[in-house]
Amino acid sequence: MQARGRYLLAGLAACLLAGLYLRPGRRRAAAASPPEPEPRRGSALAAGPAEAGGGRRARGGAGPAGGRCRMETCFDFSRCRRHGFRVYVYPARGRLSEPQRRVLRSLRGSRFYTPEPGRACLLVLPLERGPRSPDAPARPPHWNGGRNHLLFSLHRDGPLGFEPGQALLAQAGPGAPGFRPRFDVSLPLFPRRLPQRGGARAGPFPAPRRYLLVFEGQRSPSGLGAQTRAALHNGRDLLLLTACRPGPGARCDRPAAAADDARYDSQELMQNSSFCLVPWGRRLGFFRFLEALQAACIPVLLSNGWELPFSEVIDWNKAAIIGDERLLLQIPSITRSIDHDRVLALRQQTQFLWETYFSSVEKIVLTTLEIIQDRIQAHISRNHVMWNAQPGGLYVLPQFSTSLADFPFYYCALGRSPAKEFTAVIQAASPLLSQSQPIVRLILAVAKSKYCTQIVVLWSCEKPPPPRSWWPSVPVPFSVVEGEHKTMSSRFFPYDLIRTDAVLSLDEDTVLSTNEVDFAFTVWCSFPERIVGYPARSHYWDSSKGWWAYTSKWTNEYSMVLTGAAFYHRYYHYLYTFYLPGSLHSMVDQMANCEDILMNFLVSAVTKLPPIKVTQKKQYKETMMQQGSKTSRWADPEHFAQRQACMNSFASWFGFMPLVHSQMRLDPVLFKDQVSILRKKYRDIERL
Amino acid sequence: MCASAKYNTRGPALIPRMKTKHRIYYITLFSIVLLGLIATGMFQFWPHSIESSSDWTVEKRSVHDVPVVKLPAESPIPERGDLSCRMHTCFDVYRCGFNPKNKIKVYIYSLKKYVDEYGMLVSNTISREYNELLTAISDSDFYTDDVNRACLFVPSIDVLNQNTLRIKETAQALAQLSRWDRGTNHLLFNMLPGGPPDYNTALDVPRDRALLAGGGFSTWTYRQGYDVSIPVYSPLSVEVELPERRPGPRRYFILSSQMALHPEYRSDLEALQAENGESVLVLDKCTNLSEGVPSVRKRCHKNQVFDYPQVLQEATFCIVLRGARLGQAVLSDVLQAGCVPVVIADSYILPFSEVLDWKRASVVIPEEKMPEMYSILQSIPQRQIEEMQRQARWFWEAYFRSMKAIALATLQIINDRIYPYAAMSYEEWNDPPAVKWSSVSNPLFLPLIPPQSQGFTAIVLTYDRVESLFRVITEVSKVPSLSKLLVVWNNQNKNPPEDSLWPKIRVPLKVVKTTENKLSNRFFPYDEIETEAVLAIDDDIIMLTSDELQFGYEVWREFPDRLVGYPGRLHLWDHEMNKWKYESEWTNEVSMVLTGAAFYHKYFNYLYTYKMPGDIKNWVDAHMNCEDIAMNFLVANVTGKAVIKVTPRKKFKCPECTAIDGLSLDQTHMVERSECINKFASVFGTMPLKVVEHRADPVLYKDDFPEKLKSFPNIGSL
Repeated sequence: MQARGRYLLAGLAACLLAGLYLRPGRRRAAAASPPEPEPRRGSALAAGPAEAGGGRRARGGAGPAGGRCRMETCFDFSRCRRHGFRVYVYPARGRLSEPQRRVLRSLRGSRFYTPEPGRACLLVLPLERGPRSPDAPARPPHWNGGRNHLLFSLHRDGPLGFEPGQALLAQAGPGAPGFRPRFDVSLPLFPRRLPQRGGARAGPFPAPRRYLLVFEGQRSPSGLGAQTRAALHNGRDLLLLTACRPGPGARCDRPAAAADDARYDSQELMQNSSFCLVPWGRRLGFFRFLEALQAACIPVLLSNGWELPFSEVIDWNKAAIIGDERLLLQIPSITRSIDHDRVLALRQQTQFLWETYFSSVEKIVLTTLEIIQDRIQAHISRNHVMWNAQPGGLYVLPQFSTSLADFPFYYCALGRSPAKEFTAVIQAASPLLSQSQPIVRLILAVAKSKYCTQIVVLWSCEKPPPPRSWWPSVPVPFSVVEGEHKTMSSRFFPYDLIRTDAVLSLDEDTVLSTNEVDFAFTVWCSFPERIVGYPARSHYWDSSKGWWAYTSKWTNEYSMVLTGAAFYHRYYHYLYTFYLPGSLHSMVDQMANCEDILMNFLVSAVTKLPPIKVTQKKQYKETMMQQGSKTSRWADPEHFAQRQACMNSFASWFGFMPLVHSQMRLDPVLFKDQVSILRKKYRDIERL
Repeated sequence: MCASAKYNTRGPALIPRMKTKHRIYYITLFSIVLLGLIATGMFQFWPHSIESSSDWTVEKRSVHDVPVVKLPAESPIPERGDLSCRMHTCFDVYRCGFNPKNKIKVYIYSLKKYVDEYGMLVSNTISREYNELLTAISDSDFYTDDVNRACLFVPSIDVLNQNTLRIKETAQALAQLSRWDRGTNHLLFNMLPGGPPDYNTALDVPRDRALLAGGGFSTWTYRQGYDVSIPVYSPLSVEVELPERRPGPRRYFILSSQMALHPEYRSDLEALQAENGESVLVLDKCTNLSEGVPSVRKRCHKNQVFDYPQVLQEATFCIVLRGARLGQAVLSDVLQAGCVPVVIADSYILPFSEVLDWKRASVVIPEEKMPEMYSILQSIPQRQIEEMQRQARWFWEAYFRSMKAIALATLQIINDRIYPYAAMSYEEWNDPPAVKWSSVSNPLFLPLIPPQSQGFTAIVLTYDRVESLFRVITEVSKVPSLSKLLVVWNNQNKNPPEDSLWPKIRVPLKVVKTTENKLSNRFFPYDEIETEAVLAIDDDIIMLTSDELQFGYEVWREFPDRLVGYPGRLHLWDHEMNKWKYESEWTNEVSMVLTGAAFYHKYFNYLYTYKMPGDIKNWVDAHMNCEDIAMNFLVANVTGKAVIKVTPRKKFKCPECTAIDGLSLDQTHMVERSECINKFASVFGTMPLKVVEHRADPVLYKDDFPEKLKSFPNIGSL
């Protein structure tokens, strides 16, 4: 019995021990025990019984009117299908704030504007100043619960005061609690002195700067208390200044004021710092944000939960440091950890974004409209690259193509180079009478180029085009297009016929040799986003008359290349036809002049760079001047005066002078060198 | 404890056979057992954390031996998901902290078996997919086994498929997790949300503040910047190997392969097919298949049977329509086949849309516009289609392929939110490897013409040719835009001449003495360089005129991201030797300019000194040669652009010499230079140099025009 008790005890203990050791879930035990065959696990996703067909158009709780809106539920797409993306602006009755008025002016001047509400896809309701009754917006005739309406709620307009319902809200200012993602648009808060159109050019490449991080604000802003300030401020490269004696544009460093009475100018401070602290969510921060962008100071945003301007399309991580208010004290170490290359890239991006989307009221308004248009036509919209890389979304029209490879701007980013082929487009204005006419010689010379894959003659002569047999026979596809409107602008119409990226635009009286064409084309391949051509012209500011002057004299610099003989990318045809307003087109058509100037304006506005002149045989100019009656327009003084006038109206439409001067010409490497002509590849260019 | 009970019952049965002489033996045994018991007890209840030893390992996920947790009926349920949650409101960022690697730490709870108060299992054990997902996380850099250091917590409770869950009990199980804290920093993975009849687009399990990585979010349930939209994994991915097909036109233009479609959609699709004939193929499930063939892998049209998913490779566009749920596994199959998905599901948040640019890989068509689908797709240019096909396949390979890919992409997205300044860029997420390899992102991408007023800094590298150096200094100082002259004195054995001996020039002249005679000293980003433009010039280049130098500076302003120089050189492929060859003869082409006289941006000094790939910098210093070729490689590689050769000048040194360039003609020199090109090309892994056929001359160069009216009349012709 005794023994039995002992054995029992021993057994129990052993059992307990074994139990403890084999306690499920202990690694050691599991490792000690022989591996058990793992039962085959079931798949969670293997096709089970097919789910029921699913409700058609089952929209998860299709929003209570207003409150929660998405484009699919609160926007009537069918309105846009009929007449395209057209914007109507209601006439304003009450008093408007200054920003509101400027926004409306830009809307009315945009290419989307329509005066007929019936044709509009989007209707803009001006917000009047002063207190609004809650039923105020019910009055507009097409309101319909706010459907397809857009309201620009700018900071000076005060609170909205009524339910926007199904209307889209383009909102500036911090108070965006009810922001409806992918429905509302977040705007920047623009300062009073922002120009209406145009806008300043970016500065030089941002060089390394004196200060690392600056903050400059009036009162102790919430969240940035004196303690934090003291922890961050070091007086050397981290400056956090709060105002003590508010003077005009100058602030002093309060805690250090006793020690050194250093005064800093707010603009200067930003110009001299790599990073600028922007406590988002306060009105001051909003203004600081744009100022920092403009000054190429990388904004360090403490932006918990606020929608950054145009955040739907702009990748702010490429231009700003998005910090967390809660981790304020980490900001110095974060900014220090960002290396030189990244700082350079971020700062260039600030300049790019500023210049592209924020430097004028018009750009802000157009960006808003383009964002909405991209949503409406989701399948033909700009992708991320188009919005965030040169030249920016406003100059890239997805209606031309949604493929990056079809634009002249992204060859490098895609790791490609332009295809070695071009289409010659010859504008023919005079009837074909003899085989010795310049146009015949031109066609033959161009067709001999090994890069030429197609020749298109745009027949803009009143007489019908001659039969095919009259034209010289060429080894490449040859076609004659008779435009519907034989206008000047039609030479830049994006004909479907033109399939190559490169276009060689020619006048019928241009004299070119095959060598010249080949050389210019190889140059174009290095600069596919620019116009590359032969005869150049220049502009200058005539301060005595106070206008832009045009000159065709031989000068040491040029800013335009005539499109009577020039290579450029086919996209510019599209841009010329659909980006520029009808007013400029009709001006060109009425005068039958200036189309080349306008093209140069456009391309320079897009690229911000001058065109490229390549060398040519010198008789070109003389031939042009001595041409018969048909081309006498070059010698005509009135013709010249028109071009002068064109320059000034174009500059006023663009809001700035996009043309840029160049002082160089590209020649073949051995051009006019004292070496045997047999060594030279482009010999004809030197022969007279 | 069932094991011990068993032992217990067997114990007494043994006793009758025991003999007393074995007593000592048994006492010893007993003592050992007792000691063992005490030791175990001490180990068990030792204060060190048990959790730290219970890390997530392969053995832990063994289905057997998992602890059982009983959930009382009244145990707490988390609140429903809070729709207003954002990273800054619901996420505890302090747990993640600032760390130099900028990587979040993820902890995985150990596996437990949950039973309700009646002992019924709350859920099945974890599925194969969830197991793969957890394994992927535990094998990744994100994983930590220390619960106290973790920033993100992943429960071992499988909620991938809501159909298999008991919602209330699962929620209770979540709530009793040791660090649950209202779900803060917890991440749940779900692919099939909702259930009949209304199929919610997010997981119905109340989860309070937990982040949800969900497949099939709609804009109504998706908390932008908080939740992560993930794909619905297709188990076919592992079963079927679909080789990548070259982009290009395919047999069918539009293909629909989904089986359980709403009849209304199906009639729309059939109308489309009737209208457009052969180019549209609408498939359905097979009804007349013999037994044994898995119906998942077959699709039928009328009596024709197609293999699925292989048939997807025969189509250019593949339709991905919403079913009861928005997220469809077919999307993954379609991408795998390199077919361009046509997504027709209003308000659907596409997988990983926070970082992936779906516009480059898919076509999204509003449900309303379904009848217009054909014409919409027809309007897409062929080039774009091919790009999208390539992009679609790349998305699948990188982010859809396996549960591991999905898990890691999800964690990376969350990581990017917590450390936005170290986030992966758009290009890193979206560019396929081939594009990443060949694309160039110019570090000086802003199209600018720097102001002339800034001027340039001339840097003269010299050893001991003082006389020649002084001539160069005097010549260069005549250039109007020169703003500073820097002499890099590379001779440690000799001191530079006294101040009084230097030529008197109108701009500051500064001499930098180096500590070692290295060629790379000429490219050091000295603090003394205050201008953007740098003119590197050798101490024997005396023939360049002031007009030529000023013109060179003007050209640099137009091309600030390029090397703009005077002596042009070319690299050629030597077909006989099968390697690169250096060429300095009269050529029609240029691919390099020598930095014996060249303008460039100061930034390239920084790049040369700190970012030169491989051992090139040391190699150049050791060989005392080819620093200029290295600079040409470096600039061409980062900018993807060619150099600009300015002016016709070919002769730079002595006016008496008849040779083109004394030094360069030397045969051994040419061989060495060719060696350099081959060496650098192998280090860069590519030949970055670009060949051009042009040079820059002043606009009126050699024009029949009065010389005195030209800006740069004095341009040497040789």
